[in-house]
Amino acid sequence: MTLKLGVPSKGRLMEKTFDWFGARGVQLSRTGSDREYAAAVQGVEDVSLVLLSAGEIPRELAAGRIHMGVTGTDLVHEKIADWRSKIVRIEEMGFGQADLVLAVPKSWVDVETLDDLDAVAAQFRRNHGFRLRIATKYHNLIHAHLRAYGVADYQLVDSQGATEGTVANRTAEAIADITSTGETLRANHLKVLSGVPVLRSQATLFASRMADWGETEKAALQELGSVMGRDMTEGVIHD
Amino acid sequence: MTVTLAHRKVAARLLDALVSGGATPVDADVLQPAETLLDLYGESIRHRAYVTNDPVKGEQMLRPDFTVPVVQMHMNGGGEPARYAYAGEVFRKQLAGAERPNEFLQVGYEVFDGSDPAAADAEAFTTIRDLLKPLELRATVGDIGILRAAISGLNTTERRKAALERHIWRPRRFRALLDRFGGRAAQPEGRQALVSVLAQTGPDAMIAEAGPVQGVRGPEEIAARLEALREDVEAAPIPDTQVQVLEDILRLREIAPMALERLRDLAVDLPALGPALDRMEARLAALAERDVDIGALEFDGTYGRASLEYYDGFVFGLYALRRPHLPPVASGGRYDALTTVLGQGRAIPAVGGIIRAGLVADLEGTL
Repeated sequence: MTLKLGVPSKGRLMEKTFDWFGARGVQLSRTGSDREYAAAVQGVEDVSLVLLSAGEIPRELAAGRIHMGVTGTDLVHEKIADWRSKIVRIEEMGFGQADLVLAVPKSWVDVETLDDLDAVAAQFRRNHGFRLRIATKYHNLIHAHLRAYGVADYQLVDSQGATEGTVANRTAEAIADITSTGETLRANHLKVLSGVPVLRSQATLFASRMADWGETEKAALQELGSVMGRDMTEGVIHD
Repeated sequence: MTVTLAHRKVAARLLDALVSGGATPVDADVLQPAETLLDLYGESIRHRAYVTNDPVKGEQMLRPDFTVPVVQMHMNGGGEPARYAYAGEVFRKQLAGAERPNEFLQVGYEVFDGSDPAAADAEAFTTIRDLLKPLELRATVGDIGILRAAISGLNTTERRKAALERHIWRPRRFRALLDRFGGRAAQPEGRQALVSVLAQTGPDAMIAEAGPVQGVRGPEEIAARLEALREDVEAAPIPDTQVQVLEDILRLREIAPMALERLRDLAVDLPALGPALDRMEARLAALAERDVDIGALEFDGTYGRASLEYYDGFVFGLYALRRPHLPPVASGGRYDALTTVLGQGRAIPAVGGIIRAGLVADLEGTL
């Protein structure tokens, strides 16, 4: 068997992941035609590359079908309940930075903080007879954040894309989404609530505690660590 | 197995006892429409209850409790007064590592009788306690009505009172609001500046300058909130003595008669407590009449705030002395406000409680 390393299969995230490993002495590359999802690893023995959608990597790590994987912190926190019991964070990779934020229309001059959002939610419900809608795909993270702060009288409505457009389309009053520059929010006349973001995310190398770590995989992990100049076994392999 | 045959036998026995005592047995569907529960409990119920989907009926929840369906059934044609009993599974998601079952049997007793609230409170409590007498449980009582009365008596704006009342069940947020309204915590950053700009330019110009108005929340709603913020900045802080009274209530842990005496002292600084304390006194008398040793009854001023979301008056819990880490074997309280919400304005005084039959079976097994 080999150590399976899952990396995003497309775009900038894949290229930057390849660059990041390359700078640390491990060459990752795609093989075959550019439509074929096949890849190779040079520089360490017994490591095989699995190209996956970034959104599926947390699930594969939690299920132990891959030993290591590169994905955003946001996706691991959102998709895997009690993720620390299943997944170990090895290293933040310094790219793919984005913040999960709550945003409201710029015209809401009376709203700057979560405190304001809560007050507005109470009044909105009285005025309109339904709970203020927040469009997002990060249901778990946003709920945990709002509950910790004690915001009430809102509802989360699912939005898997073009979330910033939901306010103008009158299907939500506020949104919660990942943003790196805030460009799309501004273009849609939205502003971010003040204070720290719900989550600061970036591309991160994770290891699975659920995967089958046989002798070959352990050796591969140790070799990977020594080539890249850091111990990767802590919390992953016991004994 | 989370629900065993032994649990079912105990549930059946408890239900039988309640029915022999005069309660009408009722049942409720396991699948409940999610919308009603979401509106009542907010988004958090999604993370406590199992949500599933029906292609025709929409989102459904596996029954997280019986209270809501029993209230609905009663409001759709039950005569008054009424006493109901039920037994069945309820389903709750549990956090990782929490060793609580996600499926368990509840036996419940609900009293819809507005003729004598103190007597009804005492009846709900003692009916449940008497069923569990051999287990030697410790009782804790509280009264959300006293907190609500204290809030209503504060010398402050109606908006501040409404905000505090709305967050009774979210202790951390309640604390933050009380600190701000009492002048102990600063106004949110930029609030003063916002109000100055408002005074200079007026709401319409402020809103127009900020960006296009889009979405359901209209400019008149934004303007109304700005006016509320102006009022709040200008409002005097809640007097220290009154903040102190609220804090004393929340810290109060005493045997019930002593607690009442202490609360009467506090009412000197906050006379609005009076009627709520009269109700507490009448309830204690009604409990004593039903053979409750009120001198051994613990009163906790903050009881019912964290776990029992819809109770707004008398609250109680019965705990196993020998197994203090277990959830309450039984709990309950008064929920008049819930009936107002479900009855679209029509309120029916209601009090009741539930017994966790599985815990009873486990405790009986170790007697």
